[in-house]
Amino acid sequence: MTLLRIENLKLEIAGIPILRDIDLAVEAGKIVGIIGESGSGKSMTALSVMQLLPGAATVSGSIKLDGNELIGQSERTLNAIRGRDIGMVFQEPMTALNPLMTIGDQVAETLRLRGVSKAEAEARADETLTRVGLPKERFPRTRYPHELSGGQRQRVVIAMAIALKPRLLIADEPTTALDVTTQARIVDLLKRLVSEDGMGMIFITHDLGLVAGLADDIAIMRRGEIVESGETRHVFATLSHPYSRALLEASSHQPARNPPEPAANTVLSVQDVVRDYPLARKSLFAPRQAFRAVNGVSLSIARGENVGLVGESGCGKSTLARAILGLEPVQGGAIVIDGSVVDREKGPDFATRRKIQAVFQDPYASFNPRHRVGRLVSEPFHLLGNAAPHGPERDRRVVKALEEVGLAAADADKYIHEFSGGQRQRIAIARALIIEPALIVLDEAVSALDVSIRAQILDLLADLSDRLQLSYLFISHDLTVVRSITDRVLVMRAGEIVESGETEAVFSNPQHPYTQALIAATPRLAGATA
Amino acid sequence: MTDAIATRGSMRRAALASPSFVAGAIVTVLFVGMAVLSFIWTPYDYAAQDIPNKLKGLTAAHWFGTDQYGRDVFSQILVGSRTSITVAFVAVTVGVGIGVPLGLWAAARNGSLLDEIIMRANDLIFAFPALLIAILITAVFGPGAVNAVIAIGIFNIPVFARLTRGAALSLWPRDFVLAARVAGKGKAEISVEHILPNILNTLVVQVTIQFSLGILAEAALAYVGLGAQPPTPSWGKMLADSQTLVSLAPHLAIIPGLAIVFTVLGLNLLGDGLRDIFDPQLRRSRR
Repeated sequence: MTLLRIENLKLEIAGIPILRDIDLAVEAGKIVGIIGESGSGKSMTALSVMQLLPGAATVSGSIKLDGNELIGQSERTLNAIRGRDIGMVFQEPMTALNPLMTIGDQVAETLRLRGVSKAEAEARADETLTRVGLPKERFPRTRYPHELSGGQRQRVVIAMAIALKPRLLIADEPTTALDVTTQARIVDLLKRLVSEDGMGMIFITHDLGLVAGLADDIAIMRRGEIVESGETRHVFATLSHPYSRALLEASSHQPARNPPEPAANTVLSVQDVVRDYPLARKSLFAPRQAFRAVNGVSLSIARGENVGLVGESGCGKSTLARAILGLEPVQGGAIVIDGSVVDREKGPDFATRRKIQAVFQDPYASFNPRHRVGRLVSEPFHLLGNAAPHGPERDRRVVKALEEVGLAAADADKYIHEFSGGQRQRIAIARALIIEPALIVLDEAVSALDVSIRAQILDLLADLSDRLQLSYLFISHDLTVVRSITDRVLVMRAGEIVESGETEAVFSNPQHPYTQALIAATPRLAGATA
Repeated sequence: MTDAIATRGSMRRAALASPSFVAGAIVTVLFVGMAVLSFIWTPYDYAAQDIPNKLKGLTAAHWFGTDQYGRDVFSQILVGSRTSITVAFVAVTVGVGIGVPLGLWAAARNGSLLDEIIMRANDLIFAFPALLIAILITAVFGPGAVNAVIAIGIFNIPVFARLTRGAALSLWPRDFVLAARVAGKGKAEISVEHILPNILNTLVVQVTIQFSLGILAEAALAYVGLGAQPPTPSWGKMLADSQTLVSLAPHLAIIPGLAIVFTVLGLNLLGDGLRDIFDPQLRRSRR
């Protein structure tokens, strides 16, 4: 019998239709993947199953768990079902855990709420945490969430969700906030739990590659509708809906590149750079220890060359980027930008800074919300001092930069909140372009974007690089993206470069075990579609 | 050019759409108008005694009645508003003028010795009850409106310094500050251009709160006899004087009391409205 059957589900919030005619079935022991971009309604579908919708929502249709209708049930009945019959895993493990409670208590709490005695709840919490790969010997129950890594925290969240052995598990982007190698381990864990307990699982994600290797069935959502669904292999083989094809195209998008002849001159050269962070003294008279975030890193980028820097969170790649941008002092080595040596303490002077600009990850935090786009984009003119263009010349340059990234001249008068995430990232690129730098540091610049938007931004970046002979230092944890846009790649781990070389060579024939592990952990579409 | 006009237009629309701003502005303008009016016209001389007509209720001749010396209460309220508003205004200006730059400076140099010195000095002022220090200052330098201003103003400094520093600290790690640093901007420029505009709404609300607290503090100082000296009237002093006569002529307490309540209420409403108007995101959602 079907574990969960959703039929004709419609959802409106304050009169705005959010979901239309959703039909979905989950069998026990099977994994159903829901894929979609932001705003497609995938999380709302999950919340409908949990009946955890906002107050202004009106639902119609039918959601049956084991033949019992969930819609219209009293809050009391639903509370009994949530947790016991349906468990949920959220995206951000840090906010899903109470920072003031030990991990053992948090898992035991879900059991205690069902009237399990204290001793038994603790015993079962231990057992559950061991099942999710946190054995008691190595992870005492008295640990707090902040003492664990992101992946370990997500294991605790999963333990909370499965403690009561629910029949259905809903995982909403459970690995999006995690590194690829951690993601691979969490996905393996979820798979194992599903087969051991015979649970049904709904796995919500934006990552086609991930779901291709995991789910038995998939449903592709767009604007509150399921555009295509069925058995994973079958769906990937046919891809009958144009949106599915577009999504697949975007996920494995390779921007067309036509770089000009590489010039001989070096834009950036980094030699044996060291960045130490002082740590707190252990005792009053103990010498200060330091944490070495970047340890003797060397790299060089030629004019017009795109270099990728990959590594997992905490490997020091962003610290290196900040050091190159002159935002942080370095304790050793030398940074040479376009021939001029940068002062270790004070950072580059204005003339040198002009040659290097940056685009950051979060399109929603990168702009001062109080200023208009024209002013935001022209901010780097500050580096020109008195020579900065003003009046009509300034406006002309702003318009040129905006048009360069595919925006209109009129956008200069708008505020930043009037733009979508993808448009904001275009504006960020325009801001970097406006003083015609030689090198742009892109720190996870496309990581926060949906795949279709990401493909457009990658095309734009490739085009700009070709036309303007721009160099990029492209920092990312996403190997697929780095592979698509860079000429050379550097793999960074624990503050050091462990492997470097031509992008294709490194990806097709990785030498260092860490690079091999990274590539092996990256979800691939090719295997699923073949 | 079109730029500026568009801004002003949308600001005006937002202002008129905000009921708390409209109500707050009306009340505030009314009280400031009263203070200004008192310079050119009052129905009677506020200090003129008229013993035969003492303790009159609300009559056509004396709108707000008369006090125990037969002085016209309406005239006193008008003239008293001058003292209250001036003291509060100057005190808030002192607080903002010194506290906000100190807070911005401390936040820009977070973790440095300078930050420690500024914030510990603030803690020191905070450690004393405001009224106690005010009494101390007026006891040393003698009572009077000017000393009241200084006393209340000093207490506004740490309020604004702490608020500014806290709000600024949460903005410093943001990417747009990073972008400004990539553009070569220094700490002072970033503080003024990027940090200050983004904490303005918090500050505006605090300004109106401190303004109303200033009026109350002036009233409290006057009440214990350390504010404006006779015969200069102030609302607080009128309250204090009416104390013994409450059962005989309750209007003597009620009228200055209501004046304080309405001014404070109006200012708080104005602050709420201003906060909404200054925020371009809220402005758009109204449009």
